[in-house]
Amino acid sequence: MTAPDDTVLEVSDLITTFDTDAGTLTAVDGVSFSVRRGRTLGVVGESGCGKSVTALSIMRLLPQPMGRIAGGAIHFGGRNLVTLPPSEMLEVRGGQIGMIFQEPMTALNPVHTIGRQLSEVFLLHRTKDSGEALQLAIDMLRKVGIPSPEVRIGEYPHQLSGGMRQRVVIAMALACKPAVVIADEPTTALDVTIQAQILELMQALQDEMGMAIVLITHDLGVIAEMCDDVVVMYAGRIAETGPVERIFASPSHPYTRGLLDSIPRIEGQRKSRLSIIEGMVPTLSELPRGCRFQNRCPYRIDRCAEQPPLETVEAGHRTACHRWRELPPR
Amino acid sequence: MSAIPAMPVPDPSPPAGAAGMTPLLEVRDLRMHFPVREGLFLRSRASCKAVDGVNLSVYPGETVGLVGESGCGKSTLGKSIVRLHQPTAGQIFFEGIDLATLNAAQMKPRRRHLQMVFQDPVESLNARHTVGDTLEEPFAIHGIGDRSWRRQRALELLGKVGLPADAAGRFPFQFSGGQRQRIGIARAIALEPKLIVCDEPVSALDVSIQSQVLNLLLELQREMGLSYVFIAHNLAVVKHVSDRIAIMYLGRIVEFAAADAIYRDPRHPYTRALISAIPRPDPAFRKQRIVLPGDVPSPIHPPSGCPFHPRCPHATERCRIEVPLLRVPPGTSNHTVACHYDLPWENPPPAGG
Repeated sequence: MTAPDDTVLEVSDLITTFDTDAGTLTAVDGVSFSVRRGRTLGVVGESGCGKSVTALSIMRLLPQPMGRIAGGAIHFGGRNLVTLPPSEMLEVRGGQIGMIFQEPMTALNPVHTIGRQLSEVFLLHRTKDSGEALQLAIDMLRKVGIPSPEVRIGEYPHQLSGGMRQRVVIAMALACKPAVVIADEPTTALDVTIQAQILELMQALQDEMGMAIVLITHDLGVIAEMCDDVVVMYAGRIAETGPVERIFASPSHPYTRGLLDSIPRIEGQRKSRLSIIEGMVPTLSELPRGCRFQNRCPYRIDRCAEQPPLETVEAGHRTACHRWRELPPR
Repeated sequence: MSAIPAMPVPDPSPPAGAAGMTPLLEVRDLRMHFPVREGLFLRSRASCKAVDGVNLSVYPGETVGLVGESGCGKSTLGKSIVRLHQPTAGQIFFEGIDLATLNAAQMKPRRRHLQMVFQDPVESLNARHTVGDTLEEPFAIHGIGDRSWRRQRALELLGKVGLPADAAGRFPFQFSGGQRQRIGIARAIALEPKLIVCDEPVSALDVSIQSQVLNLLLELQREMGLSYVFIAHNLAVVKHVSDRIAIMYLGRIVEFAAADAIYRDPRHPYTRALISAIPRPDPAFRKQRIVLPGDVPSPIHPPSGCPFHPRCPHATERCRIEVPLLRVPPGTSNHTVACHYDLPWENPPPAGG
């Protein structure tokens, strides 16, 4: 099991709600996981599973006034981020926890130069001297593989390609050597060959700087390649969690199995029928009582009307299914 | 800017067993150049060569996959095939008739055989029409049947794509992404077309919904004998549905072969890099990624010689000067590649899953 001193970020029983016209909806419902130093934790799930809301909760960037952390704790550096005053959260955000977003064009300010935006991070957290901040910005751009950074700092986001923009966003996230970086679908908007560049860059920077990465994605391929541990989310709850090798080799939740079986594999039989998960993800306003996967689950029994607890399958590997012991071998 | 010579043979990589068969669709030296207007008077300063000399054939019942990164021209090629663009040059033979020469009136009767499924069903469906109206519309446009017959057909189409009959009275926003894509497919098959161009049909869908829609497309193909041109950036998805795959780069096909051969025995350095860059959903498979440097160049100012040379790990002086033509590499059949060299493949992925 995880040594306690290894944990840099711990999310316990997080509950995040949104006030909507349809009443209060619970987007994240009792999610717990810990992030270890220098390791990569993947959070995977389909749209509406709560993976991005979990990230926004950690960063305290929930849309206001609708979004609210209604319960639980997020421990980071000896403090609980849930109760931290906004002024102290400003220091954590961008300083000790960095964030990489999916769409670099919206993450960057279109009317400011790259240099101004990046040196702003240093001015907020590291230095008061704008000349020094600009020099730090140039160094950081070089580190993320941007050619001729002295020229690039004078350019605007629209003058860069998608891959280059994402490098700038990564530079901003890593500028203050954060202990944790949260990357929300960092390569989803990019082409395959550019995705390979960015994933390689993130791994190289992690080896060098030692930060923990929380990688949020819908792509099981990216999870398999990048992560040490993985959390599989479904409709706001954790379905299964564990070391990445165990989750892929012996998934113990019918949802994880369904996901892994339904993706077309490049080495698979062409034009064969893909196995599917019946139906679709329930909306937050009409979640079933008990296990949220039950209406799509081929192994459903009456007992699934009660919420299954996360049970330990083996060290570090836990699943929320009443019937995990009875699932047929794969 | 010298024109790229047309290939000596129109169809260098027919599917195995296609001898004697007539292709349903045959694209010859297709070019689609868009003017780039700049400056105060919006003069045309340059042209964006989105598709620059493509030859492609599709046989009855066959799926040809088009793969490439953004800006490679795959969507433009797809739209040109169904004549949503008027091509700059080249021919599009569909059942023996060159669509590129037809005007709108002449094109209309052909359109029922030539349909398109788009990536985003939200944008391609009329938000103010009920699903029933949307599905009846193709029959009305082509003057087929009376109202009650059309209504009946709309209900049959819904059943065919796995939607309940009461969907006919609802509006697109009342459906999920996967259901909307089913509606888009129902409309595309309404007039019993022979060819459907599918442009990234599952890219916007969740993993568990993606497989449902891919299964539906495969079922409809078997049932109706459809041919597909299947455009996507996800090589694993394309390989699953395709018989043959064309890899595109900067407006040209750089490799064209049977789907299994493209994966097992890719010959172009770009194809190899693409295959190696796909993240595999298998942590035991720690492969060596071929990471290409740089970005895809702009089709407005394409590089000289081989368009891939600035990113190619094997580029030589010859690649900077001479445009490689599609040729059949040694040891293959029904396989074409546009590379000057026959390079050994250093990091082939392991066989099997």
